[in-house]
Amino acid sequence: MTVSRFRTILYTVAAIVSLAGLADATYLAVQALTGETLVCGGSPDCFRVLGSSYAKVGGIPVALFGTLAYFSVFSFATFAAFGYVRARAFLILTIGAMFLVTLWLLYVQAFLLHAYCRYCLFSAAVTFLLAGLVIALPPSRESLESQDAQAS
Amino acid sequence: MKRYLPFIIVAVVALATLGSGAMLYRAKRPQLLTIPEDKVLPGKGGAESMHIRGNPDAPVTLEEFGDFQCPPCGNIAVFIDELVKEYGPRLRLVFRNFPLPNHKYAREAALAAEAAGLQGRFWEMHDVLYREQGVWSKADNVRELFDSYAGMIGLNIDQFKKDIDEEKTKARVESDHERGDSLGVQSTPTVFINNRQLGPNDRTPDGLRASIDAALKQKS
Repeated sequence: MTVSRFRTILYTVAAIVSLAGLADATYLAVQALTGETLVCGGSPDCFRVLGSSYAKVGGIPVALFGTLAYFSVFSFATFAAFGYVRARAFLILTIGAMFLVTLWLLYVQAFLLHAYCRYCLFSAAVTFLLAGLVIALPPSRESLESQDAQAS
Repeated sequence: MKRYLPFIIVAVVALATLGSGAMLYRAKRPQLLTIPEDKVLPGKGGAESMHIRGNPDAPVTLEEFGDFQCPPCGNIAVFIDELVKEYGPRLRLVFRNFPLPNHKYAREAALAAEAAGLQGRFWEMHDVLYREQGVWSKADNVRELFDSYAGMIGLNIDQFKKDIDEEKTKARVESDHERGDSLGVQSTPTVFINNRQLGPNDRTPDGLRASIDAALKQKS
Protein backbone atom coordinates (compact mmCIF):
# COMPACT_ATOMS: atom_id res chain seq x y z
CA MET A 1 0.00 0.00 0.00
CA THR A 2 1.34 3.43 -0.92
CA VAL A 3 1.71 6.19 1.67
CA SER A 4 -0.75 8.31 -0.27
CA ARG A 5 -3.37 5.55 -0.22
CA PHE A 6 -2.80 4.98 3.50
CA ARG A 7 -3.38 8.68 4.15
CA THR A 8 -6.58 8.63 2.11
CA ILE A 9 -7.85 5.68 4.15
CA LEU A 10 -7.04 7.47 7.41
CA TYR A 11 -8.87 10.62 6.28
CA THR A 12 -11.86 8.51 5.27
CA VAL A 13 -11.87 6.76 8.66
CA ALA A 14 -11.62 10.16 10.38
CA ALA A 15 -14.63 11.40 8.39
CA ILE A 16 -16.66 8.32 9.34
CA VAL A 17 -15.65 8.52 13.03
CA SER A 18 -16.56 12.22 13.13
CA LEU A 19 -20.10 11.31 12.04
CA ALA A 20 -20.54 9.41 15.33
CA GLY A 21 -19.47 12.52 17.24
CA LEU A 22 -21.73 14.66 15.07
CA ALA A 23 -24.77 12.49 15.88
CA ASP A 24 -23.97 12.54 19.62
CA ALA A 25 -23.42 16.32 19.72
CA THR A 26 -26.51 17.06 17.61
CA TYR A 27 -28.67 14.96 19.94
CA LEU A 28 -27.31 16.76 23.00
CA ALA A 29 -27.68 20.17 21.33
CA VAL A 30 -31.36 19.51 20.55
CA GLN A 31 -31.89 18.29 24.12
CA ALA A 32 -30.32 21.49 25.47
CA LEU A 33 -32.38 23.71 23.17
CA THR A 34 -35.69 22.04 24.00
CA GLY A 35 -35.08 21.49 27.72
CA GLU A 36 -35.97 17.82 27.29
CA THR A 37 -34.89 15.77 30.29
CA LEU A 38 -35.54 12.19 29.15
CA VAL A 39 -31.96 12.06 27.87
CA CYS A 40 -30.74 11.76 31.48
CA GLY A 41 -33.59 9.59 32.80
CA GLY A 42 -32.54 7.88 36.02
CA SER A 43 -28.97 9.18 35.96
CA PRO A 44 -28.32 11.96 38.49
CA ASP A 45 -24.73 12.27 37.26
CA CYS A 46 -25.98 13.04 33.77
CA PHE A 47 -28.24 15.76 35.20
CA ARG A 48 -25.33 17.15 37.23
CA VAL A 49 -23.22 17.52 34.10
CA LEU A 50 -25.75 18.57 31.47
CA GLY A 51 -27.66 20.76 33.92
CA SER A 52 -24.54 22.53 35.19
CA SER A 53 -23.44 26.01 34.29
CA TYR A 54 -20.48 24.45 32.44
CA ALA A 55 -22.87 22.98 29.86
CA LYS A 56 -23.40 26.44 28.38
CA VAL A 57 -21.06 29.19 27.24
CA GLY A 58 -22.66 32.61 27.00
CA GLY A 59 -26.08 30.96 27.04
CA ILE A 60 -25.17 28.73 24.09
CA PRO A 61 -25.08 24.96 24.74
CA VAL A 62 -21.56 23.53 24.55
CA ALA A 63 -23.06 20.67 22.52
CA LEU A 64 -23.92 23.14 19.75
CA PHE A 65 -20.23 24.07 19.49
CA GLY A 66 -19.53 20.32 19.41
CA THR A 67 -21.91 19.90 16.49
CA LEU A 68 -20.10 22.62 14.55
CA ALA A 69 -16.71 21.16 15.45
CA TYR A 70 -17.59 17.62 14.36
CA PHE A 71 -19.14 18.90 11.15
CA SER A 72 -15.94 20.87 10.45
CA VAL A 73 -13.86 17.73 11.08
CA PHE A 74 -16.08 15.75 8.72
CA SER A 75 -15.79 18.41 6.01
CA PHE A 76 -12.02 18.84 6.32
CA ALA A 77 -11.41 15.06 6.44
CA THR A 78 -13.57 14.56 3.35
CA PHE A 79 -11.75 17.26 1.40
CA ALA A 80 -8.39 15.95 2.63
CA ALA A 81 -9.31 12.45 1.42
CA PHE A 82 -9.93 13.95 -2.01
CA GLY A 83 -6.48 15.52 -2.03
CA TYR A 84 -7.18 19.07 -0.92
CA VAL A 85 -3.89 19.98 0.75
CA ARG A 86 -5.13 22.98 2.75
CA ALA A 87 -7.94 20.92 4.30
CA ARG A 88 -5.30 18.74 6.00
CA ALA A 89 -3.94 21.68 7.99
CA PHE A 90 -7.42 22.81 9.00
CA LEU A 91 -8.27 19.24 10.05
CA ILE A 92 -5.23 19.01 12.32
CA LEU A 93 -5.92 22.44 13.83
CA THR A 94 -9.58 21.66 14.49
CA ILE A 95 -8.87 18.28 16.07
CA GLY A 96 -6.09 19.84 18.16
CA ALA A 97 -8.51 22.47 19.49
CA MET A 98 -11.17 19.83 20.17
CA PHE A 99 -8.62 17.71 22.01
CA LEU A 100 -7.78 20.60 24.35
CA VAL A 101 -11.46 21.43 24.95
CA THR A 102 -12.15 17.76 25.66
CA LEU A 103 -9.37 17.70 28.27
CA TRP A 104 -10.95 20.75 29.93
CA LEU A 105 -14.42 19.16 29.90
CA LEU A 106 -13.06 15.93 31.39
CA TYR A 107 -11.33 17.97 34.11
CA VAL A 108 -14.64 19.75 34.85
CA GLN A 109 -16.47 16.43 35.14
CA ALA A 110 -13.79 14.74 37.24
CA PHE A 111 -12.74 17.52 39.60
CA LEU A 112 -15.42 20.20 39.63
CA LEU A 113 -18.69 18.34 39.19
CA HIS A 114 -17.55 14.91 40.40
CA ALA A 115 -19.95 13.37 37.90
CA TYR A 116 -19.70 11.99 34.39
CA CYS A 117 -22.22 12.03 31.57
CA ARG A 118 -22.14 9.04 29.23
CA TYR A 119 -22.80 11.15 26.12
CA CYS A 120 -19.90 13.44 27.06
CA LEU A 121 -17.59 10.47 27.61
CA PHE A 122 -18.60 9.09 24.23
CA SER A 123 -17.75 12.42 22.62
CA ALA A 124 -14.41 12.46 24.44
CA ALA A 125 -13.66 8.97 23.12
CA VAL A 126 -14.47 10.07 19.56
CA THR A 127 -12.20 13.11 19.87
CA PHE A 128 -9.35 11.00 21.26
CA LEU A 129 -9.80 8.55 18.39
CA LEU A 130 -9.69 11.41 15.89
CA ALA A 131 -6.53 12.74 17.56
CA GLY A 132 -5.01 9.26 17.32
CA LEU A 133 -5.81 9.09 13.62
CA VAL A 134 -4.20 12.48 13.02
CA ILE A 135 -1.08 11.38 14.90
CA ALA A 136 -0.99 8.18 12.83
CA LEU A 137 -0.94 10.17 9.58
CA PRO A 138 2.40 9.78 7.81
CA PRO A 139 4.07 13.12 7.03
CA SER A 140 3.09 14.57 3.67
CA ARG A 141 5.57 14.73 0.79
CA GLU A 142 5.71 18.54 1.11
CA SER A 143 6.69 18.40 4.78
CA LEU A 144 9.28 15.69 4.11
CA GLU A 145 10.81 17.85 1.36
CA SER A 146 10.95 20.87 3.66
CA GLN A 147 12.63 18.71 6.35
CA ASP A 148 15.19 17.50 3.78
CA ALA A 149 15.86 21.08 2.70
CA GLN A 150 16.43 22.15 6.30
CA ALA A 151 18.76 19.18 6.91
CA SER A 152 20.90 19.94 3.85
CA MET B 1 -17.49 14.52 -11.32
CA LYS B 2 -14.77 13.58 -8.79
CA ARG B 3 -13.96 17.25 -8.43
CA TYR B 4 -17.44 17.97 -7.09
CA LEU B 5 -17.84 14.79 -5.04
CA PRO B 6 -16.46 16.15 -1.72
CA PHE B 7 -18.75 19.17 -2.00
CA ILE B 8 -21.72 16.89 -2.63
CA ILE B 9 -20.83 14.60 0.32
CA VAL B 10 -20.39 17.54 2.71
CA ALA B 11 -23.64 19.15 1.53
CA VAL B 12 -25.56 15.88 1.97
CA VAL B 13 -24.24 15.44 5.54
CA ALA B 14 -25.03 19.10 6.36
CA LEU B 15 -28.59 18.67 5.12
CA ALA B 16 -29.00 15.35 6.94
CA THR B 17 -27.73 16.90 10.19
CA LEU B 18 -29.97 19.95 9.90
CA GLY B 19 -32.96 17.83 8.87
CA SER B 20 -32.62 15.27 11.65
CA GLY B 21 -31.88 18.03 14.18
CA ALA B 22 -35.02 19.92 13.12
CA MET B 23 -37.16 16.76 13.27
CA LEU B 24 -35.81 15.91 16.71
CA TYR B 25 -36.43 19.49 17.87
CA ARG B 26 -40.04 19.38 16.67
CA ALA B 27 -40.58 16.04 18.38
CA LYS B 28 -39.05 17.07 21.68
CA ARG B 29 -40.05 20.70 22.07
CA PRO B 30 -42.38 21.21 25.02
CA GLN B 31 -46.06 21.21 24.16
CA LEU B 32 -49.07 22.14 26.24
CA LEU B 33 -46.71 23.39 28.88
CA THR B 34 -46.61 27.11 28.62
CA ILE B 35 -49.83 28.94 29.24
CA PRO B 36 -49.83 32.65 28.36
CA GLU B 37 -49.45 34.79 31.45
CA ASP B 38 -52.95 36.25 31.14
CA LYS B 39 -54.33 32.72 31.25
CA VAL B 40 -52.66 31.84 34.55
CA LEU B 41 -55.54 32.06 36.97
CA PRO B 42 -55.07 33.92 40.22
CA GLY B 43 -55.33 31.83 43.32
CA LYS B 44 -56.40 32.73 46.80
CA GLY B 45 -55.73 36.35 47.62
CA GLY B 46 -54.68 37.10 44.05
CA ALA B 47 -50.97 37.02 44.95
CA GLU B 48 -50.50 33.41 43.95
CA SER B 49 -51.39 31.62 40.78
CA MET B 50 -52.40 28.11 39.90
CA HIS B 51 -50.83 26.05 37.21
CA ILE B 52 -52.92 24.92 34.30
CA ARG B 53 -52.09 22.35 31.67
CA GLY B 54 -54.32 22.09 28.62
CA ASN B 55 -56.96 24.52 27.42
CA PRO B 56 -57.41 27.21 30.10
CA ASP B 57 -61.06 27.65 29.00
CA ALA B 58 -61.91 23.94 29.01
CA PRO B 59 -65.39 22.96 30.29
CA VAL B 60 -63.95 20.32 32.63
CA THR B 61 -61.33 21.04 35.29
CA LEU B 62 -59.35 18.25 36.87
CA GLU B 63 -57.78 19.67 40.02
CA GLU B 64 -55.06 17.54 41.53
CA PHE B 65 -53.56 17.96 44.98
CA GLY B 66 -50.19 16.32 44.69
CA ASP B 67 -46.99 15.69 46.58
CA PHE B 68 -43.89 15.25 44.43
CA GLN B 69 -42.46 12.63 46.78
CA CYS B 70 -45.59 10.49 46.85
CA PRO B 71 -45.24 7.47 44.49
CA PRO B 72 -48.99 7.16 43.68
CA CYS B 73 -48.93 10.86 42.67
CA GLY B 74 -46.14 10.05 40.22
CA ASN B 75 -48.19 7.19 38.78
CA ILE B 76 -51.39 9.20 38.46
CA ALA B 77 -49.50 12.12 36.87
CA VAL B 78 -48.59 9.89 33.92
CA PHE B 79 -52.13 8.99 33.02
CA ILE B 80 -53.56 12.43 33.85
CA ASP B 81 -51.10 13.78 31.29
CA GLU B 82 -52.39 11.23 28.78
CA LEU B 83 -55.98 12.27 29.56
CA VAL B 84 -55.15 15.94 28.96
CA LYS B 85 -53.83 14.99 25.53
CA GLU B 86 -56.74 12.63 24.86
CA TYR B 87 -59.49 15.12 25.76
CA GLY B 88 -57.71 18.06 24.09
CA PRO B 89 -59.59 21.36 24.46
CA ARG B 90 -62.32 19.81 26.67
CA LEU B 91 -60.11 19.24 29.72
CA ARG B 92 -57.71 21.30 31.77
CA LEU B 93 -55.51 20.12 34.59
CA VAL B 94 -54.88 22.31 37.62
CA PHE B 95 -52.05 21.23 39.87
CA ARG B 96 -51.98 22.16 43.55
CA ASN B 97 -49.03 21.56 45.83
CA PHE B 98 -49.90 19.52 48.87
CA PRO B 99 -46.58 18.37 50.35
CA LEU B 100 -47.11 15.91 53.18
CA PRO B 101 -45.03 16.33 56.36
CA ASN B 102 -43.98 12.68 56.42
CA HIS B 103 -42.14 13.11 53.10
CA LYS B 104 -38.73 14.58 53.86
CA TYR B 105 -38.17 16.43 50.58
CA ALA B 106 -41.75 17.01 49.41
CA ARG B 107 -41.88 20.65 50.47
CA GLU B 108 -38.46 21.31 48.96
CA ALA B 109 -39.67 19.78 45.69
CA ALA B 110 -42.83 21.90 45.75
CA LEU B 111 -40.68 25.00 46.23
CA ALA B 112 -38.48 23.92 43.32
CA ALA B 113 -41.53 23.55 41.07
CA GLU B 114 -42.85 26.95 42.11
CA ALA B 115 -39.42 28.55 41.62
CA ALA B 116 -39.37 27.07 38.11
CA GLY B 117 -42.88 28.43 37.63
CA LEU B 118 -41.56 31.93 38.29
CA GLN B 119 -39.47 31.48 35.14
CA GLY B 120 -42.42 30.00 33.22
CA ARG B 121 -41.30 26.38 33.46
CA PHE B 122 -43.51 24.93 36.20
CA TRP B 123 -44.71 21.95 34.16
CA GLU B 124 -41.25 21.04 32.92
CA MET B 125 -40.07 20.89 36.55
CA HIS B 126 -43.27 19.07 37.59
CA ASP B 127 -42.57 16.39 34.97
CA VAL B 128 -38.90 15.91 35.82
CA LEU B 129 -39.62 15.81 39.58
CA TYR B 130 -42.14 13.04 39.12
CA ARG B 131 -40.01 11.16 36.57
CA GLU B 132 -36.90 11.31 38.75
CA GLN B 133 -38.78 10.85 42.03
CA GLY B 134 -37.05 7.55 42.78
CA VAL B 135 -33.64 9.21 42.47
CA TRP B 136 -33.97 12.48 44.39
CA SER B 137 -36.12 10.95 47.14
CA LYS B 138 -33.05 8.97 48.21
CA ALA B 139 -30.47 11.70 47.60
CA ASP B 140 -28.35 13.29 50.32
CA ASN B 141 -28.19 16.69 48.68
CA VAL B 142 -31.55 17.23 47.07
CA ARG B 143 -30.99 20.95 46.39
CA GLU B 144 -28.02 20.18 44.19
CA LEU B 145 -30.12 17.77 42.12
CA PHE B 146 -32.96 20.28 41.81
CA ASP B 147 -30.43 22.86 40.60
CA SER B 148 -29.28 20.43 37.93
CA TYR B 149 -32.89 19.79 36.86
CA ALA B 150 -33.34 23.55 36.62
CA GLY B 151 -30.27 23.77 34.39
CA MET B 152 -31.51 20.95 32.19
CA ILE B 153 -34.91 22.53 31.58
CA GLY B 154 -33.24 25.78 30.61
CA LEU B 155 -33.76 27.91 33.70
CA ASN B 156 -31.43 30.64 34.87
CA ILE B 157 -29.84 28.62 37.70
CA ASP B 158 -28.78 31.60 39.81
CA GLN B 159 -32.27 33.06 39.65
CA PHE B 160 -33.75 29.65 40.47
CA LYS B 161 -31.52 29.28 43.53
CA LYS B 162 -32.62 32.72 44.69
CA ASP B 163 -36.31 32.14 43.98
CA ILE B 164 -36.51 28.82 45.82
CA ASP B 165 -35.93 30.64 49.11
CA GLU B 166 -38.13 33.63 48.32
CA GLU B 167 -41.21 34.35 50.40
CA LYS B 168 -43.43 34.53 47.32
CA THR B 169 -42.44 30.97 46.40
CA LYS B 170 -43.26 29.72 49.88
CA ALA B 171 -46.52 31.71 49.78
CA ARG B 172 -47.57 29.87 46.61
CA VAL B 173 -47.06 26.50 48.24
CA GLU B 174 -48.84 27.63 51.40
CA SER B 175 -51.74 28.99 49.38
CA ASP B 176 -52.22 25.64 47.62
CA HIS B 177 -52.00 23.82 50.92
CA GLU B 178 -54.55 26.12 52.54
CA ARG B 179 -56.94 25.54 49.67
CA GLY B 180 -56.50 21.79 50.13
CA ASP B 181 -57.13 22.09 53.86
CA SER B 182 -60.27 24.12 53.24
CA LEU B 183 -61.54 21.39 50.92
CA GLY B 184 -60.76 18.66 53.43
CA VAL B 185 -57.80 17.18 51.56
CA GLN B 186 -55.87 14.84 53.85
CA SER B 187 -53.85 12.64 51.54
CA THR B 188 -52.34 12.68 48.09
CA PRO B 189 -53.21 12.35 45.32
CA THR B 190 -56.62 13.91 45.83
CA VAL B 191 -58.49 14.69 42.65
CA PHE B 192 -61.47 16.93 42.03
CA ILE B 193 -63.38 17.07 38.77
CA ASN B 194 -65.35 20.28 38.45
CA ASN B 195 -65.11 20.66 42.24
CA ARG B 196 -66.39 17.13 42.95
CA GLN B 197 -63.91 15.02 44.92
CA LEU B 198 -63.22 11.59 43.46
CA GLY B 199 -63.11 8.52 45.65
CA PRO B 200 -60.07 6.21 45.66
CA ASN B 201 -61.76 3.81 43.22
CA ASP B 202 -62.26 6.60 40.68
CA ARG B 203 -58.55 7.44 40.56
CA THR B 204 -57.84 4.78 37.96
CA PRO B 205 -57.59 5.61 34.23
CA ASP B 206 -61.07 4.19 33.62
CA GLY B 207 -62.52 5.85 36.71
CA LEU B 208 -61.08 9.22 35.72
CA ARG B 209 -62.35 8.84 32.17
CA ALA B 210 -65.85 8.01 33.42
CA SER B 211 -65.85 11.02 35.76
CA ILE B 212 -64.63 13.36 33.01
CA ASP B 213 -67.26 12.02 30.58
CA ALA B 214 -69.97 12.55 33.21
CA ALA B 215 -68.78 16.12 33.80
CA LEU B 216 -68.75 16.80 30.05
CA LYS B 217 -72.28 15.42 29.77
CA GLN B 218 -73.44 17.73 32.55
CA LYS B 219 -71.91 20.72 30.76
CA SER B 220 -73.52 19.95 27.42
